[in-house]
Amino acid sequence: MNKYLIPLNQLPIGFFGKVRKLTADGSARRRMLDLGLINDTTVESLRKSPAGDPIAYEIRGAVIALRSEEASKILVESIQQLG
Amino acid sequence: MGLSKQSTGINALNGIIETKSESSDDFIVALAGNPNTGKSTVFNSLTGMNQHTGNWAGKTVTNATGKFTYKNTRYTLVDLPGTYSLLANSIEEQVARDFICFGNAHTTVIVTDATCLERNLNLVLQIMEVTDKIVVCVNLMDEAKRKKISIDLKKLSDLLGVPVVGTSARNGKGLKELKDTIEKVVRGEIKTAPNKVDYDAIVEDAINEVVPYIKALIGDKIDNRWISLRLIDGDNLLSQSLYSYLNCDLSNNEILLEIIEEVHNKLRDEGTTPKDLRDQIVYKIVKTAESISKEAILSENTVHNQTDRKIDDVLTSKLLGIPIMIILLGAVFWLTIVGSNIPSSMLADYLFRIEGYLTKFFAWINTPKWIHDILVLGMYRTLAWVVSVMLPPMAIFFPLFTFLEDLGYLPRVAFNLDHYFKKACAHGKQALTMCMGFGCNAAGIIACRIIDSPRERLIATITNNFVPCNGRFPTLIALASIFIAGGTGASSSFAAVVSVLAVIILGVMITLFISKLLSKTVLKGLPSSFTMELPPYRRPQVLRIIIRSIFDRTLFVLGRAIVIAAPAGIVIWGMANVYVDNASLLTHCAQFLDPFSNLLGMDGYIMMAFILGLPANEIVIPILIMSYMSKGSMLELDSLAQMRQLFIDNGWTWLTAVCMMLFSLNHWPCGTTLWTIHKETQSWKWTWVSFIVPTITGIVVCFTVAQGVRLLGLV
Repeated sequence: MNKYLIPLNQLPIGFFGKVRKLTADGSARRRMLDLGLINDTTVESLRKSPAGDPIAYEIRGAVIALRSEEASKILVESIQQLG
Repeated sequence: MGLSKQSTGINALNGIIETKSESSDDFIVALAGNPNTGKSTVFNSLTGMNQHTGNWAGKTVTNATGKFTYKNTRYTLVDLPGTYSLLANSIEEQVARDFICFGNAHTTVIVTDATCLERNLNLVLQIMEVTDKIVVCVNLMDEAKRKKISIDLKKLSDLLGVPVVGTSARNGKGLKELKDTIEKVVRGEIKTAPNKVDYDAIVEDAINEVVPYIKALIGDKIDNRWISLRLIDGDNLLSQSLYSYLNCDLSNNEILLEIIEEVHNKLRDEGTTPKDLRDQIVYKIVKTAESISKEAILSENTVHNQTDRKIDDVLTSKLLGIPIMIILLGAVFWLTIVGSNIPSSMLADYLFRIEGYLTKFFAWINTPKWIHDILVLGMYRTLAWVVSVMLPPMAIFFPLFTFLEDLGYLPRVAFNLDHYFKKACAHGKQALTMCMGFGCNAAGIIACRIIDSPRERLIATITNNFVPCNGRFPTLIALASIFIAGGTGASSSFAAVVSVLAVIILGVMITLFISKLLSKTVLKGLPSSFTMELPPYRRPQVLRIIIRSIFDRTLFVLGRAIVIAAPAGIVIWGMANVYVDNASLLTHCAQFLDPFSNLLGMDGYIMMAFILGLPANEIVIPILIMSYMSKGSMLELDSLAQMRQLFIDNGWTWLTAVCMMLFSLNHWPCGTTLWTIHKETQSWKWTWVSFIVPTITGIVVCFTVAQGVRLLGLV
């Protein structure tokens, strides 16, 4: 288990990450929280768009595309498996 | 910013509240829910055709209302904008929240997606804080079954404390039970007792400090606990709404401000900043949703979305994503252009036959010739032209486009193209409004409602005209075929296709360039956050698509076009038939415009055709032919060869054709589009900007090309 925090946009495709910290403020932070990106939430990095950005993530059963600006403000702990 | 509150729903909300009080017999039912939950399907299934809506279906930014009768009681159903939350500050969320809070609905139905319940519960829990009278509708039960997700509705109802009904609205399943439950809640036969989210002790303490004071101020009209929490959380928009709906000014209430300040200090002493507080609130709601869904969802197959993932692997892949998109959209345009030829000419035959009857009728009642000419050859003929050239392509394009939308493909287009729009400081969803613009710029501009940020919505609105609409394709194709391709046969039609394609790509590039330019100048700002859901693919409902796209889009746009075309028809006729010094006004104007048009590689008649073509781009070529042949009313030529000869006789070269194509791509939007821009932005300023920006672009582009080619001696 890797304990280092990485920005979500650097989580390799197909990997899972556990949300540890949001560095965004204001309404951007609210939007993230509304997506269910609270502490301990497991997120899967699903796929890159053809140009590499945005990236689609599976968050609480929904597929959400985030631009790198937003995803970089979500710090996750990379985990291999769900759980 | 040009988007005033009036244009964005608050005013419409007021309107609904007023209508409500007029018909006090009806029960008011608010319909809330996340986007993509089939909320519109539930709305349509309940109200049938009995609804009032002029909206971008499924993306209702202003409220749509409908009526239905159940057991001799009439209900007014208010379709609220689809939102994920009531907390954040988008206009949609504000509209939805204000209606739930101040609209005095007798009950609120929350439509949720059975395949994605946990995420939907977030909104349910938030609405439960505002109001007690709630019915939760778990829709898409069929979809869930297919994905092997099974939900214990009884348990869910117990956990939430409100009635829960399972439906599959598109098959009509569960709707009777839904109506039944609504009736019982409205009549008080079912008592609802929502289990509100329990916050941590410090948050609850803070709420309790404020509640008594709020109660004294506004009584029991609105949930005091919720208002208190929102005010502690620093929700200024709510203070504004309290003022506008209850005439209760809290923002200057010093005692209240003092209490809230004290609460904040107390929280801070315990190590909770306002930001932490907000996190805690949301955390609690999300956690509650999580635990409820864990209990209520009996079996969830974790690999249920494998099929969607496989489809996405292809449709958004690095290699195939964009080519497939171009092929699909290309097929839509091709079907539209080719498919509308025959119905267009049939419609034209029919409408012009009526013209014959009208002429006979006018002769029979002995009207003076000039009145007949103005009304029939001027107004009627222009109208007939606009209808016959606009209706068939729209009736083909819009259903096809709605089909892709229903399928869930369009968000993937935005996903594929977002990067380029981000570089232009614009919104990814502008890719969608741009695609819509290929069908009709006016419809594309209405579609801009799906973009949340006012700045990015204006950019999308102003630049929408840079992609050629259905009305301009025929001009582009005709000019490309007769001048660039230069003859007939396979190779020349290939050249025509390539040049039309080049014009489209140029249009997209100009869109991105001008978007960037606007972002750096008059519409400065950073791109707003882009979080977009890629919803599961769904099987489209063909019949509903046809009805929806015909009523919501085709007839809507056509109606606006007719209003513009009728008076314009009279003006065109007048220009061509009023003679001064042996030449028509049109000729005089054309001669006046000639030197200027020459600089742009065209002649005065072409410029006049563009000016008189304001009602619809389709009539530009007919007007041009009319003026070259010095006839008094619009006409068309039988063959492209005839047209080519006519144009060459009037001094055309290939450069003239190229410049006219470029100017067709970049000039003022048609009248219908301008009117739509004004309706959407509620601002003459932005309508004017939308007029002038493409026009200047066209002048610059044509001037550069014409002068460049002449300098190089290519003509």
